[in-house]
Amino acid sequence: MAEMLKVENIHKTFHPGTINEKIALNGVNLSLEEGDFVTVIGGNGAGKSTTLNAIAGVWPIDSGKIYIGGDDVTKLSEHKRARYLGRVFQDPMTGTAASMSIEENMAIAARRGQKRGLSWGITHKERDTYRALLKTLDLGLEDRLTNKVGLLSGGQRQAVTLLMASIQKPKLLLLDEHTAALDPKTAAKVLAISDKIIAENHLTAMMVTHNMKDAIAHGNRLIMMHEGRVILNIAGEEKKKLTVEDLLHQFEKVSGEEFANDKALLS
Amino acid sequence: MTILMSLDPMALFRSMPGAFAQGLVWGLMALGVYITYRLLDFADLTVDGSLATGGAVAVMLIRGGMNPWLALVFAFLAGMAAGFITGILHTALGIPGILASILTQISLYSVNLNIMGRSNQAVSVDKYNLVVSLRYISDSNSTKIRLFATCILLCAAVVSILYWYFGTEQGHAIRATGCNQQMARAQGINTNFHTVIALMLSNGLVGLSGGLYAQYQGAADVNMGRGAIVIGLAAVIIGEVLFGKLCAGKHFAFAYTMLSVIGGAIIYYIVMNIVLWLKLPSDDLKLFSAIVVIIALSVPYLKSKYGKKGVRVNG
Repeated sequence: MAEMLKVENIHKTFHPGTINEKIALNGVNLSLEEGDFVTVIGGNGAGKSTTLNAIAGVWPIDSGKIYIGGDDVTKLSEHKRARYLGRVFQDPMTGTAASMSIEENMAIAARRGQKRGLSWGITHKERDTYRALLKTLDLGLEDRLTNKVGLLSGGQRQAVTLLMASIQKPKLLLLDEHTAALDPKTAAKVLAISDKIIAENHLTAMMVTHNMKDAIAHGNRLIMMHEGRVILNIAGEEKKKLTVEDLLHQFEKVSGEEFANDKALLS
Repeated sequence: MTILMSLDPMALFRSMPGAFAQGLVWGLMALGVYITYRLLDFADLTVDGSLATGGAVAVMLIRGGMNPWLALVFAFLAGMAAGFITGILHTALGIPGILASILTQISLYSVNLNIMGRSNQAVSVDKYNLVVSLRYISDSNSTKIRLFATCILLCAAVVSILYWYFGTEQGHAIRATGCNQQMARAQGINTNFHTVIALMLSNGLVGLSGGLYAQYQGAADVNMGRGAIVIGLAAVIIGEVLFGKLCAGKHFAFAYTMLSVIGGAIIYYIVMNIVLWLKLPSDDLKLFSAIVVIIALSVPYLKSKYGKKGVRVNG
């Protein structure tokens, strides 16, 4: 098994030297093997999404190293790093271009990591591929290839974004609370689609979630973050036996405080 | 009543071909504005300067003996250079878009004066075989037909090329950049690069339009682009309001949209001619143009804010 992601002691402080100074990442270490699907939990401000953004290169990190598929990507800009990554965001608006059609969005995603020249942005052959892919979602989108993405519901947009993230097989799939903005029923459906896409394409994935049940039910590994660090790293058989009570208990033990997060407790 | 009696319907009728030609010429500029304002979501005020740059470059080259058609190519390139500067100021130097474009526009005033050596330069249709000219309308029927054929073919060619270009991978990347930068970068699109490219293409068209307009009116003037952005916006919005429903959902929707922008420019000039024909003071034309744009921009906003039909498309 090859190492797909290696995050070495990364640090990030926002607004350093000001009254708003915030140490967001305080020495994060993480290593993912090919095919690993890790769920990431933690309270608000623990550094979950910040870690994903650091891996995606949204801004430069202060120190540390990030390797994807063995390549050092620490210094690469966001759009150059995109060739390694599939990303789905919390806000369904973020992952797609609303004023462009479904097929155009997919065609853009299919060219991730490639040079964009003056050949047609979408070909007839591609359309058939996209129609087939959309059919697997079972949302009736296969007949709406030329509809603008802005006309779709949040759940439909997340499903399309998931397809876009995997259409050009990424070395790492980053799911940043991608069901948090959806109603429970839609969220469950999008999660099921995520599982399916990850399994079928044998993707290595990270999924940030506020929902402890989801974090336990999905993936083969689980990490918990607190104050910019990974404080818990559970894998294999141990993860399968995990319960929400275990997690809460572990959290209190490791962090020395109560897990005071309504969203996490209520779920 | 007496004012109405004093109006000559024939005068209005005679002014229409001119308005039509002017609309076609400025339609190219409006297409440039459409690219930045609608596709790139960038309020680019460079156009007020780059229009005059295109005019100045074309006129000086024609006076130097260059073929008027070839001079238009250089007007296009000069416009692209102006767009490039705005793009670099914005993307590489981090200056907010609208300010970057104002800085370029102001600089271009000096540049244009330097190109021409003074504030205006004439290019006579008697001395040079110009591509378009106001005089072709009155000279003879054959020159009139030639003028309109030239303008229409030029517009058709530009629309065709843009239709192709925005269907390419690069065109898609520009549209994604304009629509959602976060998504674009996540899909590996260099948003800075494509912002610059779009600004260059847009201002290239504006420069081309300036080169044509200078030939049309027989002179380039350092102030010829003043308020061009407002005319461009007016054309875009008039086109959308009047023809928008016709374009939606069609197979060649994007081509229809571009044609409607040119149509918007033509209607703008027809309305301006009517305003002049009504003997309203021409000093107020720019105020009138601005009001048209203000109304057109604010109505959709107010409708969505207070209207019952405000539909939100997300779920």
